Parts: sequence; C-alpha cells; structure tokens
Amino acid sequence: MSGFFSKQRIIASRGYNRWMVPPAALSVHLCIGQAYAFSVFNDPLTKVIGITEPAPDDWKLTTLGWTFSLAIVFLGLSAAFGGKWLEKVGPRLTMLVAACCFGGGFWISALGIHLHQIWLIYVGYGIIGGIGLGLGYVSPVSTLIKWFPDRRGMATGMAIMGFGGGAMIGAPLAVLLMDHFKSATSVGVLETFLVMGSLYFVSMLIGALTIRIPPNGWKPEGWTPPIIENKMITKSHVHIDRALLTPQFYLLWLVLCLNVTAGIGVLGQASVMIQEMFKGAVTPAAAAGFVGLLSLFNMGGRFFWSSASDFLGRKNTYIIFFALGAVLYASVPTMGRLGNIGLFILLYAVIMSMYGGGFATIPAYLADIFGTRYVGGIHGRLLTAWSTAGVAGPVLVNYIREFQIEQGVAKAEAYNVTMYIMAGILAAGFLCNMLIRPVHEKHHMRHDEFDELDGVFPHQAASDAH
Amino acid sequence: MKPDDRPKSTPLALVILFWLYVATPLTWGIWSTLKKAMALFN
Repeated sequence: MSGFFSKQRIIASRGYNRWMVPPAALSVHLCIGQAYAFSVFNDPLTKVIGITEPAPDDWKLTTLGWTFSLAIVFLGLSAAFGGKWLEKVGPRLTMLVAACCFGGGFWISALGIHLHQIWLIYVGYGIIGGIGLGLGYVSPVSTLIKWFPDRRGMATGMAIMGFGGGAMIGAPLAVLLMDHFKSATSVGVLETFLVMGSLYFVSMLIGALTIRIPPNGWKPEGWTPPIIENKMITKSHVHIDRALLTPQFYLLWLVLCLNVTAGIGVLGQASVMIQEMFKGAVTPAAAAGFVGLLSLFNMGGRFFWSSASDFLGRKNTYIIFFALGAVLYASVPTMGRLGNIGLFILLYAVIMSMYGGGFATIPAYLADIFGTRYVGGIHGRLLTAWSTAGVAGPVLVNYIREFQIEQGVAKAEAYNVTMYIMAGILAAGFLCNMLIRPVHEKHHMRHDEFDELDGVFPHQAASDAH
Repeated sequence: MKPDDRPKSTPLALVILFWLYVATPLTWGIWSTLKKAMALFN
C-alpha cells in the first residue's frame, strides 16, 4: 500500500502529458473548497430534533459556528506541520490522507448527528476534516510548479481557483441533497453528509491516483529558462527549515496576512453593507446575489491574477493588489455617498478579484524567492497567515462597526472608517512587499548538501535531467 | 529505437475526458451562482 502511494512510484514516465496534473489538483481543490459553503448546513442543523422548528435540545447557531472555525484553524496547522512530510512522501500519499480525513470527517459528523453529539461534529468536520483541508490544499502546489516552470502562476492559479469554485459546487449540491432526503422525521443533513463524504472521498482519490511528479531536472520540451537574469527568481533552493530564518518568509507572511485580512473582513459583511449603504434600493435577495457575484470574481481573480503574474512579475502583481486595492477601498465611502450602486458593485468586484489573486499568486512568489524544491512545505507554513487573517479580519470589521454605532454614527456611515482602516492595512502590505529582496546566498542549499527529503544530492538531481 | 520501445504518451482523449470531469461540476456551480447573482440586476 505504502509502496503504491510512495513518491518513487509516481515519477512520470516519458510521454506523460503534464496537462493531466491540473485536473488532478482540481479534483482535490474542488472538493475541499466546500468548506466555504458549510453555512448552508447551519439552519437545518439547528432543527435536527424539532425538524420544522428548533426544539429546546437542538444545537444553537453559536454552538455550530465553532465547527467552521475549528476547520480553518486545523487547515492552517496541518498545512504548516504537514508541509515537510508532504515534501518527503510526495503528493499521492498526502492526497490519499487528505481524502480519508475530509471524507471521513463528513462520515464522523453524520454519526454525530445520529447520536446528537456536537463533539463528534467538532472532531469530524472541524478537526479531522480541517486536517484534510490543509493537506489537500498544499498537496498539489509544488508538483504543479515543477511541471510548469514556464507558467508557475497560471498552474497554481488553476488549482487554487478550484478552491474558490468548490463552494459554488458544494452549496447547491448540499441544498439539492437535503431537499431530496428531507422527510417528516429528518432534516436530511445526516444522509447528505454521508453522500457528500463519499463523493468527495472518491473524487480526491481520483486526484491522488492520477497525479505524477516530474523526474528531477525535467523541463518542458523546447523550453529554455530565460537568458535575461531576473534577480527576483532564484535558480537555487532554500531548505524548508532555513526559510524560517530569512526575513523574506516573514515579509511574505505579512503580505498574505494583510491582503487576506482586508478582503475577508469586508467579504463577510458584503451583504449587510450593500443593504445599509443603499437602503431601500437593495433587497435581501439582491444582496445574496451580490455575494454570489463577489464569489465569482474571487474565483476568477485567482486564475486571472496568478496567470498575469507570469508576465507582470510577482512583486509587481502585489504592488497592484496593494496600491489599487487601497485606492478602491478608500473610494467605497464616496461611492456610497454618491449613491452610485453600479460603481460600488464594480469596485467590490475588482477588490474581490485581487483578494482571490493574493491567495493564488503566493505559491509562485514563494517558488521565485525560495526555489521550487521545498515550495509545497514552505507554502504550508505560510498558510498560518490565512488562519490568522481568518480570525483577525472579521473581528476587526465587526469591532470597528460596533464602536462606530455606539458613538452615534449612522449605520450606513459606520462602514466608512472600516474601509479607510482596510486601505491602511493594504498600505502596510504595500510596504512589506516593497521590502522583499532576493534571499541571501548564505541561505541557499549548497551543491553538495544532502537533501534528506528527496534522498539525493542537488548535483545528482541535476544529472537526472533529460 | 525500436517502435515497441518508444515511450507511451498519454492519450489526448484521456486528457480531454479528465478535464471534462472537473469542468462539468465547476460549470454547474458557476451557473448556479450566476443565477443567484442575477437577482442583483432584477
């Protein structure tokens, strides 16, 4: 079993088409992206006993809210701690474990509903499912970068776009299944969890079985690395543990954290914000449509901006995110005052595309700065920035809004300060990005340094190239 | 190199089929979201 799933068994033979790798990565990311649609289960889960109305013993929304928070925390932790293991065992075994955890998380949660034990849902979807999320998220990244040295941004953008698309599949699928299984004695969530867990397990397993890694030193036929030296793209490799000793790692951590904090903070408030800023003009159904539109731009931005970064350069792409983002955030209050809803939607759409773009471009940025050898593991460790922002962003926006309202500011005006603070956060991100320089040579792996994860010396890896 | 020794390349049909496998549910998800988003313009 371990032999079949080992790294050695998945080295591609000559003639393998590298375009098989992005759909293998998408098979995983389209599943785990479901996490962002977990809220569709909230309402039915508060009626598991009462069926039509919440019964006194039914779970409260606040109790259920911990499930998603736990999943996001364990996503960050498993990506951070599992990244080095991923580099050692390869993407197939990592994807298999991710499939077992994510699918198994649904099944354990179904048992939790059957026994009406909330801790089983916390452990199932929150902890075990969260581990599946983290391992699944990072597992194909370094493989894609190695297969597409000519288009690193586009390759990782395709997979990470899948994470954005996963929620778009997960939400209607869950609604469809719950409607199908709903009866006089069941809200249909238990059965939906069993079916979705099985579907996701199989789909992720297909990804695990089809993914291949390129032989060491492989490059696309007819492609030669650019002759003009770009100092921001290293040809060396920085060891996964050594990366933590460089200022570049922490600057990139801040770049991701600040970009996500600003985006996630306003994304969670988008529906309420548009209704309060354009009172009477926007119905709750239209506001839900606005959130749907934003998720489309969030997903599209992941592919668009990461692909564009292959031409613009990674640093320049983040300069655009932070500079243009700060201007757009600061313009939102003016758009609200002018009552121009069309421009307001357009501003938000561009902001959300850059929020998604920030997620999708970071792996290629890491590969440029630290080399490709350990990029999966380094990316995993950097994802703790996402977990941090996932907590900080909404808390910051809610706190500022409440504070404003307590001070007597009108609800429609209460978002203005928030938007200016978010613009300030992006300005700080701009500075961090500007400080990023190539990693000092002393951190590069030596030519004769043994690579404990691959079991080879760098010069051996180079000689394997064909 | 003898013809039998030539490396087998991945059949193009398999690549297309695999892409369809991931693109179909994604298109359905995008379509469902777009339908919801249309409420904004009604």
